Amino acid sequence: MPDGVATGARRVEERDSIVIRFAGDSGDGMQVTGTQFTTESALAGNDLATLPDFPAEIRAPAGTLAGVSAFQLNFSSLPVFTPGDDLDVLVAMNPAALKTNLEDLKPGGILIIDRESFHDQNLKKADYARSPLEDGSLDRYQLFQVDVTKLTTAALKDLGLSSRSVFRCRNFFCLGMTSWLYHRPIEPTEQWIREKFRKTPELVEANIRALRAGLHFSENAELFAVSYAVKPAVIAPGRYRNITGNTATALGFVAAAQKAKRPLFLGSYPITPASDVLHELSGLKQYDVYTFQAEDEIAGIGAALGAAFGGAIAITTTSGPGMNLKAETIGLALAVELPLVITDIQRAGPSTGMPTKTEQADLLMAMHGRHGEAPVPILAAATPADCFTMAYEAVRIAVKYMTPVILLTDGFLANGAEPWPIPDPDTLPEVPVAFRTDPSGFFPYLRDEETLSRPWVIPGTAGLEHRIGGLEKEYLTGNVSYAPTNHEQMMRVRARKVAGIVREIPPTEVFGAPEGELLLVGWGGTFGSIRQAVGQLHAAGHRVAHVHLRHLNPFPADLEGILERYRRILVPEINLGQLVRLLRTEYLVDAIGFNKVQGRPFKVSEIVGRCLKLLNGEEERS
Amino acid sequence: MSTPGVGEAKLGKKDFVSDQDVRWCPGCGDYAILSQVQKVLPELGVPRERFVFISGIGCSSRFPYYVNTYGFHSIHGRAPAIATGLKASRPELSVWIVTGDGDALSIGGNHLIHILRRNLDVNILLFNNKIYGLTKGQSEVGKVTKSTPVGSVDHPFDPIALALGAEASFVARSVDVETRHLQEVVRRAHEHKGTSFVEILQNCNVFNDGAFANVTEKATKADHTLVLEHGKPLVFGKDRDRGIRLRNFQPEVVQLGNGVSEADLLVHDETNPALAYLIARLGPPNFATPIGVFSAVERPCYDETLNQQVEAARAKTAPDLRALFNRGDTWTVD
Repeated sequence: MPDGVATGARRVEERDSIVIRFAGDSGDGMQVTGTQFTTESALAGNDLATLPDFPAEIRAPAGTLAGVSAFQLNFSSLPVFTPGDDLDVLVAMNPAALKTNLEDLKPGGILIIDRESFHDQNLKKADYARSPLEDGSLDRYQLFQVDVTKLTTAALKDLGLSSRSVFRCRNFFCLGMTSWLYHRPIEPTEQWIREKFRKTPELVEANIRALRAGLHFSENAELFAVSYAVKPAVIAPGRYRNITGNTATALGFVAAAQKAKRPLFLGSYPITPASDVLHELSGLKQYDVYTFQAEDEIAGIGAALGAAFGGAIAITTTSGPGMNLKAETIGLALAVELPLVITDIQRAGPSTGMPTKTEQADLLMAMHGRHGEAPVPILAAATPADCFTMAYEAVRIAVKYMTPVILLTDGFLANGAEPWPIPDPDTLPEVPVAFRTDPSGFFPYLRDEETLSRPWVIPGTAGLEHRIGGLEKEYLTGNVSYAPTNHEQMMRVRARKVAGIVREIPPTEVFGAPEGELLLVGWGGTFGSIRQAVGQLHAAGHRVAHVHLRHLNPFPADLEGILERYRRILVPEINLGQLVRLLRTEYLVDAIGFNKVQGRPFKVSEIVGRCLKLLNGEEERS
Repeated sequence: MSTPGVGEAKLGKKDFVSDQDVRWCPGCGDYAILSQVQKVLPELGVPRERFVFISGIGCSSRFPYYVNTYGFHSIHGRAPAIATGLKASRPELSVWIVTGDGDALSIGGNHLIHILRRNLDVNILLFNNKIYGLTKGQSEVGKVTKSTPVGSVDHPFDPIALALGAEASFVARSVDVETRHLQEVVRRAHEHKGTSFVEILQNCNVFNDGAFANVTEKATKADHTLVLEHGKPLVFGKDRDRGIRLRNFQPEVVQLGNGVSEADLLVHDETNPALAYLIARLGPPNFATPIGVFSAVERPCYDETLNQQVEAARAKTAPDLRALFNRGDTWTVD
């Protein structure tokens, strides 16, 4: 074993996978703890998936239920598709964190708490009438009461730090404990601490000491009778990094623009959970990236459209409330037929809803949320790493077809992370961009015979001066026209152009039986839950299959044939039934919705349970 | 598309006339503005293909269709946003925004103040007919229109004061029929580096005919127009015998002579935005309407600074996708 992997001399048990959640006050550093534990696990060779869960308030009052911040990680020696259903381990830094997270802990699961934080004041803030440490309510768990604060303070006592600074090192003490418990290497975390606090050496020392103190305490105090080993997973060879959906989205856009040899222009107004894409891209100016933080959502997309007119790879990023505001400009983009990618990182709505919670309820808005007949291609990423591929693909389609494209991700994908097989930039698909410069025979709306796209002519091109706008165009010249039949011709050609994008869609992958009793059709961030559920059903001998759509408008050409081969179709979605409605309308199939809108992803067990009911004939309809 | 482009024969007004029929109401002030702009454009030393006219919605916003340059007729109020993206990413272009009082001050108010604040190097021509030609009703307290049958209760924005409040670096006003003055103001707007905001008083002869008659009619205009000139005292009147004096921080109209000389008058200074605001508050009924350049100051342009940041980043680190993909902690699975 590498240095720093603590084993101790006690019993070691082997586990296939572990689901752990760190929960504490939003000031307790739980996101950092979880992220570092993730890095340690990746370097230990496990497959993994993560899910942060934090409050909307930057800092809700300390110790309150509203202020609890958590980070969940599923790491395994087997393929991992989700951050996990129920917890094997819960680390709760205070009573509020215990209260809001305990219901997810498996009976018999490991519960680590900071004993000193369970004082009267904190108990009251968490609405505990009596201390749960004393009333027997935690008897069904393996409870470890650790004096985290006292031990951290003792470890740092001669550093001369304020008690507040000492208190803020508690998270690394806990990370040290869990690193020992699961044989994680702590070097990557030490390296991270050195980098993060390089300007304040005393904090480097303090945090590393706290980390090691947690590790040594676990090894020596004989609190834990058992530690656990999770072997490396069998993972396809290659180089990996852990990546969140938002980072993957940003990189996908940069890569596509670099491949197109054009500047990338992001016009955006900050909104949860999309802001990270803006932050990420703002730091990548050397890749010819222009970021414009606009005065509002409308200006964000407006500026992007202006940049598209000028020949940039133009994108805007937002979430549901911002999508509403961008609708009019999306309509303009499709009327002037300029390429533009609109990314909607969906969150729980309606209205302000629950900004930090995930949902998939914007599909019908993406499909229909504009006045007039206004078809827009829609792509959706299936996993955090898939955000890279779909962002790239969205740009490729937008410039090839001269159209706005909507890319749907969601809060779960945006903040969740998984190992990303780092692609070779040379093998990425080409993104050809050819501005028209030849004046002979030029008309602004002269269409390519195959794609029906109009030429991209950028200002500065001599002899091709022309005007575009939101008024209806004459079919060829692009001049303003109110002619009745011309309007219908334009409506139909715009619809045909978008429908023709079907030729870009690869054959649909069917996971499981090529025909049979039950097909699950999903889209977006539910991929992992559905895939894992179908895997469990296969193991139990059921003939079920999974199709996950990444192209939602147009649908893949082969989808109809696939749907016909199953007796029943179940569509799990984090909404009240949107894809199911589109499938029923498009294909006249009796697809059944399975819906949950709790701001959380599906549990694998929920999908398995629903499928079993259908397969056992216990339930025909939702 | 055979008209000359860059490096070819000298361009004239006709090169900036598009093949589209102009469809404003007969007698509309927009015709005069279009004509003056088309006259000035060939004289600016900019290749025709580098001009872009961007508009919102309304009568004025049809303007780009009639100018044979690149043009973008967008959506209501949003021209500044679209222009921002274009200019920020293509700083070599000469970008012009054509808008109206409704488009710029009502639905597009937010974008207007923010483009002025950022100081994008673009030119804004605001055609003000004080009636919101197509929407009406919000431009003058007491105005009777279809939507305000017993008189509007809306207090309007003063475009010049608003622009100065948003720290516009160039603020000017001209009049549709004052051909030479308008040409000069348009030329100066082009020459100014930063957002140039030009309010053009424009007669809507259908819905608000004669709104600026005092300023445009031969018989009255000398007494009702205060022509601003940098470094010159504020003098006006048919006989140039009246001026503006400041007493107790209040401007007042004084008759020259009888011991009052030009030395007692306010002297216009384009580089003093505080003075510009004071002058902006002049106008009917107690004062003549000021026209000309209220304010012209230098400050950094958003588009230039942004491009400097991108250039600096590019000069420092060469783009390398492989390095970008491999940032942070990576591991290899054999």
